[in-house]
Amino acid sequence: MSANRVSYTLDSTLETVNSAEETAGRIAAEAGFADEEVMKIAMAVREAAVNAVLHGNAYDPGKKVTLDFERTARDLIIVIRDQGKGLDASRIPDPLAPENLLKTSGRGIFLIRSFMDVVEIHPSKTGTELKMIKHVHGSAADSKEASQ
Amino acid sequence: MTMKSSTRQVDGVTIVDLSGRITLGEGSVVLRDVVRDLLSKGQKKILLNLGDVNYIDSSGIGELVSAYTTCKNQGGELKLLNLTKKVHDLLQITKLYTVFDVKDDEAAGVKSFGK
Repeated sequence: MSANRVSYTLDSTLETVNSAEETAGRIAAEAGFADEEVMKIAMAVREAAVNAVLHGNAYDPGKKVTLDFERTARDLIIVIRDQGKGLDASRIPDPLAPENLLKTSGRGIFLIRSFMDVVEIHPSKTGTELKMIKHVHGSAADSKEASQ
Repeated sequence: MTMKSSTRQVDGVTIVDLSGRITLGEGSVVLRDVVRDLLSKGQKKILLNLGDVNYIDSSGIGELVSAYTTCKNQGGELKLLNLTKKVHDLLQITKLYTVFDVKDDEAAGVKSFGK
């Protein structure tokens, strides 16, 4: 199994959010995902970057965001870490609950979970690590197997 | 990548033509400012034309919700027009499609506000 890894260390800025999204889109496209999947992956990374920059590092110029991509034959694995207080995902209200529908925030993690196949959130006192996995469906290898 | 907006009046309804991305930062601010400006002028029948909005993130969704509730709280109405598939799908999965009054025909959308 071949694996490609790339890692970025980014400032806690709005530019990081845009940069993370663009990078994710490019890597997902290179990994062979269809356009719609590329959009979902890029958006999931954007939302994760927003969480890291805003809610994690709170735009603190002294804190960094790291973004790792790993491509395997089966998966695109993305890990984003911040240096904030640690996100307690259990305390995020369900954005689909009727009483929360008209809230103006709180949909980021929900969208990430909607767009990715596996989402793990590991908070600690030194920051939050959010791991997202998208399985490679309909890849060239899969197509060959399907046609045999 | 920025968002642009322009407004026009049709039969007492303000149509806001938006294009670009409604995302955290400039896009959300543009939407917030244009809706606040209209409400401050007493223009409370607002039809947001999202036909050229090709991308929206959770912050943009939040801004749409904010615009909707702000307008409603001031006795106005805010409706959405011409959703792209991406925006339509996002409103579906966030269950907001049924919250917003969504139109796909401008003339019918304008008429729906009543006199």
